[in-house]
Amino acid sequence: MIVLRLALQSLRNRWVTALLTVLAIAVSITLLLGVEKVRTGARQSFADTISGTDLIVGARSGSINLLLYSVFRIGNATNNLTWKSYQDIAARPEIDWIVPLSLGDSHHQFRVLGTTPGYFEHYKYRRTHGLAFRSGKPFADLFDAVIGADVAAALGYKVGDPIVVSHGLGAVSFVAHDDKPFRVAGILEKTGTPVDRTVHVGLAAIEAIHVDWQSGARVPGQSISADEVRKMPLEPKAVSAALIGLKSKLATFRLQRAINEYREEPLSAILPGAALQELWGLVGTAETALKVVSAMVVATALLGMVTMILTTLNERRREMAILRSVGARPRTILGLLAAEAGVLTVAGIALGVILLYAALLVVQPYLDTTYGLHLPIELPQPGELATLGFIALAGCIAGFLPALRAYRLSLADGMTVRT
Amino acid sequence: MVAVTAEPAVAASDIVRMSDVRFSWTGRNAFSLAISRFVLPARERLLLIGPSGSGKSTFLSLLCGIIAPQSGRIDILGTDITELGASARDAFRAEHFGVIFQMFNLLPYGTVIDNVLLPLSFAPQRRRRATARTTAEAEGARLLSRLGLEANLARGRSAANLSVGQQQRVAAARALIGSPELIVADEPTSALDRDRQVAFLDLLFTEAKEAGATLIMVSHDESLAGRFDRVMRLDEIATSEPGAAS
Repeated sequence: MIVLRLALQSLRNRWVTALLTVLAIAVSITLLLGVEKVRTGARQSFADTISGTDLIVGARSGSINLLLYSVFRIGNATNNLTWKSYQDIAARPEIDWIVPLSLGDSHHQFRVLGTTPGYFEHYKYRRTHGLAFRSGKPFADLFDAVIGADVAAALGYKVGDPIVVSHGLGAVSFVAHDDKPFRVAGILEKTGTPVDRTVHVGLAAIEAIHVDWQSGARVPGQSISADEVRKMPLEPKAVSAALIGLKSKLATFRLQRAINEYREEPLSAILPGAALQELWGLVGTAETALKVVSAMVVATALLGMVTMILTTLNERRREMAILRSVGARPRTILGLLAAEAGVLTVAGIALGVILLYAALLVVQPYLDTTYGLHLPIELPQPGELATLGFIALAGCIAGFLPALRAYRLSLADGMTVRT
Repeated sequence: MVAVTAEPAVAASDIVRMSDVRFSWTGRNAFSLAISRFVLPARERLLLIGPSGSGKSTFLSLLCGIIAPQSGRIDILGTDITELGASARDAFRAEHFGVIFQMFNLLPYGTVIDNVLLPLSFAPQRRRRATARTTAEAEGARLLSRLGLEANLARGRSAANLSVGQQQRVAAARALIGSPELIVADEPTSALDRDRQVAFLDLLFTEAKEAGATLIMVSHDESLAGRFDRVMRLDEIATSEPGAAS
């Protein structure tokens, strides 16, 4: 009892170094758990980029490529899906809804997506979240555009502003569809998905702005005005891809095979969830690197603790000689030092967990609105608890290093400090 | 080799008997000590004179059972402690020895009373003796007041705030609590001035006598010799030689 109290008082006597040690461990624990949180949060947010869509259809290509251009607006479609094929698929009985996607133009650094109003109804993210309008409404007129939250924020647009779409994808395009300007009809709420960085226009509008173009350039001397184009039939010849929702999930694989074996042209149908997993697998190395780095930070903190206890050992040889003289066994001294390491580690872990939740409470709303990264605040998961338990154990084991040295010193010192 | 002692034949009441003890440190500070015969009768107050480097601390470590000799017998209160294991020697020391060091005797961050009561944590018999009539705290306070320390000093105050003289008295109280048979003092007065040395020794003698304890004090200072029953030089009983390494 007295021995324990004295050991605690000894620790309190060295409170500055002890506190710094606990802080170092706490920060490393916060980092480790934080990285784990961000990792799982990022993975979940990534997997939640598109939900509710059963299949994505495009021209035959790899599933990651199709996913990248249809959902993430990265890269280009190698080929298009003809309108006839699109209509064939749309007519199939399994289909609940189908939304066409037509890509290829841009507005400043943002992609322009030609689609139908159904997009705003059927595109889902984070499982059940749908697209909501912060202001305005879906496109009604041919030259209406609906812009994502990032587009509105970056370019300072509000409903009613005119925008000119550029041909092609260069950030600074020399060929603009300036003869047929659009009007911002609606601005979407922030979603944390690529939708935020997209300018949405009607599928017919994509057709309309290209009606007097051929092979990527304006046909000389043939200019059709915006008013004339409204009277023309604006049925597209092809789209880049299509999102499909099915009446029954059971039909997913059957329809996928049917599309993959479609005779009229080579097509690919992919399951977005599977493709997202596959894509995440590519960035998985970064995930492992993060884990390794934070594990090393924890190891460094524990090493720091061992160093701290070792450096104080010399001043404490007198203390140990006194304990020995009143009958303490070397084993008791070993136990005291190991317990000290254990107490410091556990205190560090507890403080680290508190710091983590405090940090989460502060940054969670910010991360959600700014990066679309949703970090759930929940009780530590079994995996995290196992990690913490492992670290506590590692701390106690690391504590045996200085404890064994103290043991040997107190054996050699005996009653007096031999130098 | 054989040291000449002024001792009569071995008496039954001897507290300590050492014979043919040999010990050598290994390693960097190689040093060896041989004690052919050493006897300490009960209730005697012995001053052991030895300059530094003469093996004083090795002798004390052997006596207290912190180290075990390579050969020979060390009988204390009729028990040959060389026969005991290390843990049993530690327990034996806790029960039967009160130790006072030269200086830095106390755990500076602990309270005075915790410092005094510390030995009782390792010695159940001493605890029983100390608490036979009262609580351990009251017994500690009684000892402290007998040694001239006010009772209010004992509680709450950490030992680091005491003067050197006060610290030595607390150390004496710690050595005396629970009435161990043998008080071992390693130059306990060297940090004190002349008057305080005498006063401290008087207190220690009185208390040791009261408790019926035997007292062995090691010092390099011969000026205190007159106050002891017997004075011996360490080189009379022990031969030491530096090891081959040093």
